[in-house]
Amino acid sequence: MSLPVEDLDSDRSNGAGPAHSAPPARALPGSGEVNRHVLVAIVLNRPGVLNRVASLMRARNFNIESLSVSHTDQADVSRMTITLRGDDVAVEQVSKQLYRLIDVLKVQDFAGEPTVEHELALIKVRATDANRAEIVKVAELYRARLVDITEGSVIVEAAGSEPEVDAIVALLRSYGIKELVRTGTVVMARGSASIEEALKR
Amino acid sequence: MTITKGEPAGPAATAAAGAAARPAAPTTAAPPRRPAQHGERHGHVPHDGTAGAAAIEQARNAMLRDAKPLKRSRIGADVVCEALLRQGVDVFFGYPGGVVLPLYDVLGDYPELRHVLVRHEQGGAHAADGYARVTGRVGVCLGTSGPGATNLVTGIGTALLDSIPMVAITGNVPGALIGKDAFQEIDINGITLPMTKHNYLVRDADDLPRVFAEAFHIARTGRPGPVHIDITKDALQQETSAQHPTEAEVIAGLPGFRPNFDGHPRQLKVAAAEIARATRPVILAGHGVLHAEAWADLLAFAEKTSIPVAWTLLGIGAISEDHPLAYGFMGMHGWKHVNRAIQSADLLIAIGMRFDDRVTGNVRTYAPYARIIHVDIDPAEIGKNVAVEVPIVGDAGRVLRALTPMVEETPPAARAEYLAELADWRAESEASSWHGSGAWREGVLTADFVCERIGDLTDHRATYVADVGQNQMWLARYAGFRLPNSHVSSGGLGTMGFGLPAAMGAALGRPERETWAIIGDGGFQMTSQELMTLVQDRIPVKIALFDNKKLGMIRQWQEIIYGGNYHSAHLLGPDFAKLADAFGIPAFRARTPDEVDPAIEAAQAVDGPALVWFEIAETQNIFPMMPAGKGLSDLIEKWDGPEE
Repeated sequence: MSLPVEDLDSDRSNGAGPAHSAPPARALPGSGEVNRHVLVAIVLNRPGVLNRVASLMRARNFNIESLSVSHTDQADVSRMTITLRGDDVAVEQVSKQLYRLIDVLKVQDFAGEPTVEHELALIKVRATDANRAEIVKVAELYRARLVDITEGSVIVEAAGSEPEVDAIVALLRSYGIKELVRTGTVVMARGSASIEEALKR
Repeated sequence: MTITKGEPAGPAATAAAGAAARPAAPTTAAPPRRPAQHGERHGHVPHDGTAGAAAIEQARNAMLRDAKPLKRSRIGADVVCEALLRQGVDVFFGYPGGVVLPLYDVLGDYPELRHVLVRHEQGGAHAADGYARVTGRVGVCLGTSGPGATNLVTGIGTALLDSIPMVAITGNVPGALIGKDAFQEIDINGITLPMTKHNYLVRDADDLPRVFAEAFHIARTGRPGPVHIDITKDALQQETSAQHPTEAEVIAGLPGFRPNFDGHPRQLKVAAAEIARATRPVILAGHGVLHAEAWADLLAFAEKTSIPVAWTLLGIGAISEDHPLAYGFMGMHGWKHVNRAIQSADLLIAIGMRFDDRVTGNVRTYAPYARIIHVDIDPAEIGKNVAVEVPIVGDAGRVLRALTPMVEETPPAARAEYLAELADWRAESEASSWHGSGAWREGVLTADFVCERIGDLTDHRATYVADVGQNQMWLARYAGFRLPNSHVSSGGLGTMGFGLPAAMGAALGRPERETWAIIGDGGFQMTSQELMTLVQDRIPVKIALFDNKKLGMIRQWQEIIYGGNYHSAHLLGPDFAKLADAFGIPAFRARTPDEVDPAIEAAQAVDGPALVWFEIAETQNIFPMMPAGKGLSDLIEKWDGPEE
């Protein structure tokens, strides 16, 4: 009997097995179709809660694209907005794993739901007398505003969805971006439903 | 997609009245108990009105009866002792050090609380783990800051991977020194964070009552797990009048912790329909059955439906192995007939198990014809490793009690053909096993034979504690388990060195049972310092040392998978009889099959710990074996070298 040694360590290798009549292959969990998801986690504002969430994402091999943490209207409750990419089952696993944390109260995936999705960016752009007016015009087009103007630079404050911010950043790049900071996405469901009110009940 | 946490659990059965230094007696009526069948009940889920809850109640009442008022002011260290007693802790395992000395300073005032001085903190953590596994109650271990704390880490990880209810307590440097790289300071909270169910850093003694009540509640409720409490030295010394919370207050203070105990009625209906349709169903019983103390419920369900029961490594004891429906141990080193049944099944009813890679092998080729009903109390386990048709989130016992009345009674005769085929497979696989083929008949001392003799000579009523490696698999396959919580084994983390200290805790948890630790010469040399703990604390563990002068499982993999490149597989050992003698432990030696029974019986006759040194065959392999990455249909059953 000889063993195909190269296969031994590759977990879940396709079609491993001897040459008996091939039974149907069991489907692995998940569609494999990777999409962007925005998760909101409502958490108790206790020491180390951010560390717990971050540690879990690392340990479970989930890659965070952006993470934004802030207070809510309740004193001891915080809200985390996590954007990440993965297939449906992987993201469901993230939610379930987050629920295992004692300090996590509620998790919701907003993918495919009607939402308002926003982030804010501050973009410090090289500016001269010659092109300052042009930069102002670009900013106006994107409903952004200038929050600081000096001889050699301006700071543009842009807000909007991730693609909108991407677009203005791309446009401003031709003038020379000296510095860029983005808050990461925050999201809220449209309509009267409230993830926070659901907790109070 | 919205995932919501389950409904709150039912009213807590053990709501205790809070009081000051010495709490007042709680008055709670225990809910009616179902009669115990296969095995005694020692519960860690007080909601269920288990015997464990009664034991906690009893310990608490004894404590209150015997309590004498302190002649000094009450400090944080007193709160720790009170909290342990309130939780029904009768024994815990610790090692002193600078920052926990305030606790050791008051321990003498709490004679009801037995402290076992271990020889290494890892031993303390494993002992607490072993105690928890045989009693179903929360095990407790204690270490000092820095190295004391890091030494606990392997034991905490072992408990996490096997869902063991444990509270690990460590001291830390005084609050003002935290972050200053003080002597023996380490960020142990950061270290245990990803390997506990929850952890705490307590800097104020007023927080201790709440933190301890929460820690025990979290450790034992839902899917059990370890909880770590780190306490600064000054918090242990600080005067406090903080009161212990009631169970109801604890639950109210943990809004993010609401395990779901009852399966969804609609899913139960779907499951019943699947069961009615199936012609080749198999039950896969896991650790969850034992955690939920659902062995009687499992039996009722299996008997009503005449469905054979296979078990995982940690599911051993969920059904008595002499029951006609008990089919066998599954997985990488499981019985061939069991894996064959799974591979040909049209329905798997998985209860409290998690489709670990050692159980499934290559998921693509796992149980290719089967639909799957998966019952687990942890929603995150559902759909994690395999896609399932019927997910049921709930406690194994409650789900089985709800499901059994919904399924049709199916006598064995209605499955005659199926059951007869399984019986044939079983006879064939048992006959062709190493044991069946019987090298021991020719005078070779094989490990399977020793395991069978230990099982028989203890009437299958002892606690059997495995270490990790070949010895673990031999024990699982050949000892013959009849009682729940009689088998202790590090499954998930596979911690070598687990066996001896875990047996220590198991023996103290179940003193009425004989305790046998089955340990290879490799694992034994990792934690043999605890031999002295056995002697000092008079813990009557019987050690079966399987000495093949090898790291057996390493040698086996190197032989079969690494072309016979035996690097570091050969292991020198001391004269184990002299070693035991140096500790004051009687030792007996067996080198041939004939010497096995007398050696075991001699060890049994010792009033206290004893060691039997089995010099087993040096190159015996454990078969069948499923190479990593392969499927359950690709078992290697024997090995005569690579075919060229």
